Amino acid sequence: MDYLLNETQKMVVDLTRKIAREKITPAVAAHYDETEEFPWDIMKILADAGLFGVYIPEQYGGLGGGIFELCLVTEELSRACGGISICYAATALGAYPILMSGSEEQKKKYMPDIAAGKKLAAFGLTEPNAGSDAGGIQTTARKEGDHYVINGTKQWITNGGEAEVYTIVAMTDRTKGARGATVFILDKGMPGFEFGKKEKKMGIRASATRELIFNDCKVSADRVLGKEGMGFIIAMRNFDGSRPGVGAQALGIAQGALDDAIAYARQRIQFGKPIISFQAIQHMLADMATQVEAARALIYATARMIDAGVKDIAKESCMSKLFPSDTAMKVTTDAVQIFGGYGYMREYPVEKRMRDAKITQIYEGTNQIQRNVIALQLIKQSAKGQKD
Amino acid sequence: MNIIVCIKQVPDTAAIQLVRINPQTNTLVREGIPAIINPFDENAIEEGLRLREKYGGEVTVLSMGPPQVEKALKDAIAMGADKAVLLCDRAFAGADTLATSYTLACAIKKMGNYDLLLFGKQAIDGDTAQVGPGVAEHLGIPQVTFVRKIEIENQTIRAERTLEDSFELVEAKLPILVTVTKEMNTPRYPSLKGMMKAKAAQITVWGLQDIDADPNRVGLTGSTTQVIKIFTPEMRKKGEILRGEPDQMAEALVGKLRDSKVL
Ligand SMILES: Cc1cc2nc3c(=O)[nH]c(=O)nc-3n(C[C@H](O)[C@H](O)[C@H](O)COP(=O)(O)OP(=O)(O)OC[C@H]3O[C@@H](n4cnc5c(N)ncnc54)[C@H](O)[C@@H]3O)c2cc1C
Repeated sequence: MDYLLNETQKMVVDLTRKIAREKITPAVAAHYDETEEFPWDIMKILADAGLFGVYIPEQYGGLGGGIFELCLVTEELSRACGGISICYAATALGAYPILMSGSEEQKKKYMPDIAAGKKLAAFGLTEPNAGSDAGGIQTTARKEGDHYVINGTKQWITNGGEAEVYTIVAMTDRTKGARGATVFILDKGMPGFEFGKKEKKMGIRASATRELIFNDCKVSADRVLGKEGMGFIIAMRNFDGSRPGVGAQALGIAQGALDDAIAYARQRIQFGKPIISFQAIQHMLADMATQVEAARALIYATARMIDAGVKDIAKESCMSKLFPSDTAMKVTTDAVQIFGGYGYMREYPVEKRMRDAKITQIYEGTNQIQRNVIALQLIKQSAKGQKD
Repeated sequence: MNIIVCIKQVPDTAAIQLVRINPQTNTLVREGIPAIINPFDENAIEEGLRLREKYGGEVTVLSMGPPQVEKALKDAIAMGADKAVLLCDRAFAGADTLATSYTLACAIKKMGNYDLLLFGKQAIDGDTAQVGPGVAEHLGIPQVTFVRKIEIENQTIRAERTLEDSFELVEAKLPILVTVTKEMNTPRYPSLKGMMKAKAAQITVWGLQDIDADPNRVGLTGSTTQVIKIFTPEMRKKGEILRGEPDQMAEALVGKLRDSKVL
């Protein structure tokens, strides 16, 4: 398949692939999966290569690409390890709100270090009692004179504790409902901002998932992102931009599992021949490959659409996460099946890919929520008399 | 600190199964084989970049070869080198290590103003380890070979030379030529910005006249050695290791020597 990448995009893919092949070997991926250490050494390599800046405009030290370039890097890294890739991609989730809604000053202050990979970022919305129902967040930011005082706890924040920059959503005025939330930019180490426990997870174990705890954390008003009350709008626009990235993570994991399955099926002998000679295996591989390409086409098309500046993208953005993540779950499960009992063993790489794939159906909105949003858009568009 | 790193483009060992020898010319058939920067030369480039980061100055990469060697020089620029020069002329073709080191030395003389010349300890295709030392001789400057660590202070270099089972600490004045081993460092990946710069970069190309070289001392004409034959050696049969108590092993050995009629 020719994906009609331009010269720069090809360069991005080639460089990421080279680094992923040489530095994120199966042994390295297994190491981080076992130890749950944060892969700082790999982050350093990605930083030096300039990969953290692919989606950031040149005036802030980036390469000047967009969501598409971010997806290409995420896909290639995920092909090697779905956990390491998300340490990279979650920084974009934390930084994108600044890029989209930040003032010139805020962008100048934060983006160059993020583009250079000197600082990782994280995005904090979820709380113990507010997952799919983000409107239920209880973290508050109380205005006192010229500053705010933040109290509350964020849960399951990717890159929590490792990142230097945090964009978090807190309620500034509960009486205003959905218009009562605000996004703040926080720095690691601010007084009143601590980290809670690090989670032990099923998959993506190289990534750090932690609590953020705010205890009378005093922040100046210049840390408000956009305007007070825009919190949920910024969060939703952030997800619209970031879902193709989760799709790309799922896609890379699925592609990696497919690569593994083909190689294994050619070499595993049963009944005197390689198992790939059995049509049952061939058809599984054919379906897996077709689904992977379909997922890729959807992600690439959506990412290109977003980068071209199309406004109404909620539906496509949801689809570009929904389909690839369901595909990744199916393809990785089938890859384990093709490996048979060996696939179930931790010595082989595919069970990890299956564990890594599962999260892509859950975070940045569960796939049920994606379907809700897609359906809502269908209804809205139909009511408006649109046909597409 | 002005540093010149000499690099060679070699066939990618990862594609070694594709490498063929032309029995007529006794040379490698390079068509269709991916080419890379000689891995030891990557260490030399990396060291040049690190020294530049520490002491300032410029890193220039230099190579002799056909036009496609531009790719290797661009890769060096993508890693961070400032400039690149390619010595490319029909007259240079077929050079042995003597002619090659003479040609490189002529180019380096022409560049002038250098503090340090860096080479990989050897090329993975020819494996001679002669070109670096040859250049130092042609230029009449000191050399330290097989170096794993460099420190520079007050125009003086301290270099650790790797020996069989020890190392030698050598001190010398700049300018000097150093050949480096793999242990020296881990070469960096190119950066995206470097790759963009490399894409736009103009590689300076010099021919025979540009470097004031004696036509009788370059290329095939200037070569004093000639490859008579290149062949793939027959695979040696795997040896057998005898195990057990000494007297059992001795007995087994005698048995085997009898079987093969040596005894
Ligand atoms: C490893 C990991 C990393 C994460 N990283 C981050 C991060 O960096 N930042 C951040 O803010 N959050 C993060 N999250 C949180 C993640 O986005 C939430 O887990 C997710 O939104 C789902 O919320 P929940 O887990 O509370 O599930 P719930 O909302 O409790 O959902 C439980 C089930 O009910 C279903 N459900 C809920 N509501 C509906 C509905 N209306 N219709 C149909 N079905 C419904 C869901 O689909 C799901 O199957 C992370 C989570 C994990 C596990």
